[in-house]
Amino acid sequence: MSHDFLHEVAEPARQVREGSRFEVVGREDFSESTFLLRIHYPLLAKAAKPGQFVIVMSQEHGERIPLTIADFDPDSGIVTLVIQAVGKTTMEMQQNCQVGAELFSLVGPMGVPSHIGDAAKVICVGGGLGVAPVFPHARAFKQNGAYVIGVVGFRTRQLVFWEDKFRNYCDEFIICTDDGSAGIKGLVTDGIKVAMDKHPDIDEVIAIGPPVMMRACAETTRPHKLKTTVSLNPVMVDGTGMCGGCRVKVGEKMMFACVDGPDFDGHQVDFDDLANRLRRFSEEEKIAAERWSKSCRAVKATHGPHPGETGPRPQGEGEPTAG
Amino acid sequence: MKTKKTIRNIPQERTPIGVQDPKERAGNFDEVALGYGLEDTLNESERCLMCPSAACIAGCPVGIDIPGFIQKMIDRDFRGAYDIVSESNLLPAICGRVCPQEDQCEGVCPVGDTLEPVAIGRLERWIGDLAIEKKWENTPYREANGFKIGIVGSGPGGMACAADMAKAGCDVTVYEAFQKPGGVLRYGIPEFRLPDAVINAEVESLARLGVRIECDTLVGRLFTIEQMLDEMGFDAVFVGTGAGSPRFMGIPGESLNGVVSANELLTRCNLMHAGEFPDYDTPLHLGKRVAVIGAGNTAMDAMRVSLRLGAEQVFCVYRRTKAESPARVEEIGHAEEEGIDFQWLTAPVEILDDGEGNVRGMRCVRMELGEPDDSGRRRPVPIEGSEYEFEADMVVYAIGTTANPIIGQTCKLKLNQWGYIEVDDDLATSMAGVFAGGDIVTGGSTVILAMGAGRKAARSMKAYLGIRDTDVIYLPEPERSKGRLFGIEVEEKNFSRLRIA
Ligand SMILES: Cc1cc2nc3c(=O)[nH]c(=O)nc-3n(C[C@H](O)[C@H](O)[C@H](O)COP(=O)(O)OP(=O)(O)OC[C@H]3O[C@@H](n4cnc5c(N)ncnc54)[C@H](O)[C@@H]3O)c2cc1C
Ligand SMILES: Cc1cc2nc3c(=O)[nH]c(=O)nc-3n(C[C@H](O)[C@H](O)[C@H](O)COP(=O)(O)OP(=O)(O)OC[C@H]3O[C@@H](n4cnc5c(N)ncnc54)[C@H](O)[C@@H]3O)c2cc1C
Ligand code: SF4
Ligand code: FES
Repeated sequence: MSHDFLHEVAEPARQVREGSRFEVVGREDFSESTFLLRIHYPLLAKAAKPGQFVIVMSQEHGERIPLTIADFDPDSGIVTLVIQAVGKTTMEMQQNCQVGAELFSLVGPMGVPSHIGDAAKVICVGGGLGVAPVFPHARAFKQNGAYVIGVVGFRTRQLVFWEDKFRNYCDEFIICTDDGSAGIKGLVTDGIKVAMDKHPDIDEVIAIGPPVMMRACAETTRPHKLKTTVSLNPVMVDGTGMCGGCRVKVGEKMMFACVDGPDFDGHQVDFDDLANRLRRFSEEEKIAAERWSKSCRAVKATHGPHPGETGPRPQGEGEPTAG
Repeated sequence: MKTKKTIRNIPQERTPIGVQDPKERAGNFDEVALGYGLEDTLNESERCLMCPSAACIAGCPVGIDIPGFIQKMIDRDFRGAYDIVSESNLLPAICGRVCPQEDQCEGVCPVGDTLEPVAIGRLERWIGDLAIEKKWENTPYREANGFKIGIVGSGPGGMACAADMAKAGCDVTVYEAFQKPGGVLRYGIPEFRLPDAVINAEVESLARLGVRIECDTLVGRLFTIEQMLDEMGFDAVFVGTGAGSPRFMGIPGESLNGVVSANELLTRCNLMHAGEFPDYDTPLHLGKRVAVIGAGNTAMDAMRVSLRLGAEQVFCVYRRTKAESPARVEEIGHAEEEGIDFQWLTAPVEILDDGEGNVRGMRCVRMELGEPDDSGRRRPVPIEGSEYEFEADMVVYAIGTTANPIIGQTCKLKLNQWGYIEVDDDLATSMAGVFAGGDIVTGGSTVILAMGAGRKAARSMKAYLGIRDTDVIYLPEPERSKGRLFGIEVEEKNFSRLRIA
């Protein structure tokens, strides 16, 4: 018997949980490349804890990409993601994820929640794509009664966002810009030094951002033996411990960042290894980004710019990393 | 009166199955084994001796009445054959394709003592495919009983448990972390061995039973098993989350780019369509000389997928010999035909860096077989001074998996020392109302055993909830009632049952 009939078996309709269709209900554009999405997903907003992330597929042919939960509000049922357009998927999301759009898939919260201990004084450091993700930590420590010092890094004044939001939960808030147009001129490590000089009794530092920045933070605190937690962002696939693609080296041990982390002791992390592993797909990332830019130009030529589009940036031209 | 079949008067040759030409198929993802036609099926059915105490039934982990269904095939009562198979096996189209028959039903078939055993798996696949084509179903008469059942994981274990509970009248929801259901059947076993369409058909029939399948749901993190019982109103929960966590060896060089687990490679290809990059966004970065470590089903799949995606040479590096390989015999055969280069009695000791963080090869050592170990297989021991360099730009680990950690991290279920869930003989866990089965209990095993565990857990759940086991209801009873009640076919089941309080 030929089994041609198998070709007729259609894919069953995707059943999505009632009441949660991963709808974008809010959006803000902070800069040319950084944007915020609010997703209505009450169950997730209730379950999320600081340090956790979600995996998103924006469309059916898309890649599963991890994004940190930058804010969550159980009352309104809203989960906030802050995304930097750095490659094909994130540029495509920047263009397509307007209010009313739906994400194809969103799963989480993933990862072990950050340990919000009873530290009395902490520094929460965010640089580049790590600024928003460190916000839940600042809030949670504050709510736990800690004295919270926020340190965030941007390239320049125009890129600064969430200043008020941070100030609500930070006893001190230090902005660092590359050009000194806002706050102090320098990198987040300079901000950390300022805070450490002023407060000899800091218990813990949380640093989130690009690997170079997290490494620099860990090196800044290492001589002081100051506990420094970093949130690692290796390439992931499933986020459930099933592929091992996210493996990182921590104190010579192999860990899966998605289920053993993403938080690890910054003084133990092998950042060279992480940086190398982030280059795994550089060829493919380039192909995808170029193809995407080309197709956008083609669309633009015929239809004019997409509403709300801020324009894809060539890949590699990183935002702001205060690192 | 038919003559009694003996080993001498049955067709001597096992009916060959059509397969795609090895050269051609190594370049496509179409199914390799084409399946029997009707004539093949009838011919092969004639090879069954109809043993009175059939060893094959005992050899099948779910105890399918094999001679019973084969007799129906001979009688050309295919619907009847399907009814018999589906009484014990909910997924015949799948099991017929992926069961290690040589270790199970076919392994104990007495025809195999002299000739080749009856091709039970192929017959089962044929009847399973026919049922999909004809949309046959054995949906029992159901009366909603108000019980709400939650299933965690949509692999074969979860699917089987879901089906049985739905048939018993429960309101069943399956939660799956991935964006598509099916578990390993979906993300692990490739299209050319188990077409997605077959999985879709089985998922579809679950949906027709009223089972809700909610993807994108990571149980443990979005809500816990305790919450399912305490807050979400589930009366019982089945955990079938599999043993998906890949193992590495702990040798130097494992974090180099180009070293991946078979799970990652297969998930990228099967679930995420990395082979179709850039039409699909997920990249793979396949090597030209791919070395796969291990020789189980997972290794075979990883090798054959690599070959199909365009790797120039694919090697199997295994520390024992072909005889000890745990893969299905058919798959090793197919892999050999397709040109996989098998390096038996070889083990890597280090993965080598090209100076830029990528794999350039492995340092390997030759092995020889020593004394038998606990598993009864002869233990491989390294031959001193036999180390050599082996060139490869991609190294794939397929050396087994361990328990998926998330459920263990997020609930109080008792685990054993390896992180698998501890259960009693009825598959009940340490938490009342929670049952578990499949790979998350046994460690990496087989589709049929996971499915059998799902069904066993369903029976225990029914006992726990006080639901009378309905397994018997959905078989027509032509003999006893002549198949008719008040002149209506029993199978139509359009009677209402009255409950007399
Ligand atoms: C736990 C975790 C949390 C994250 N949270 C956020 C977040 O809140 N906001 C945000 O904008 N991004 C976050 N990222 C990074 C985000 O997942 C990547 O930027 C995204 O996958 C890039 O996809 P792309 O197709 O747009 O770019 P690609 O073309 O895939 O990559 C473009 C560039 O991004 C780098 N890159 C690719 N994948 C990753 C990755 N997984 N992590 C870091 N860099 C990567 C590449 O090295 C390359 O230089 C997080 C990553 C992880 C693992
Ligand atoms: C590549 C490969 C080839 C194989 N080939 C064969 C073969 O030819 N024949 C054979 O008999 N066996 C084969 N096997 C083994 C067989 O597939 C497994 O034994 C079987 O699938 C186990 O079924 P399961 O139901 O226990 O779990 P799985 O099939 O592993 O499914 C578990 C599911 O649970 C989901 N999950 C996990 N955690 C959560 C959570 N917290 N919340 C929600 N969902 C969750 C997972 O995403 C997954 O979909 C193969 C395995 C692999 C990996
Ligand atoms: S389910 Fe597997 S073991 Fe049982 S009869 Fe079918 S092929 Fe044989
Ligand atoms: S992302 Fe697959 S194991 Fe972590």
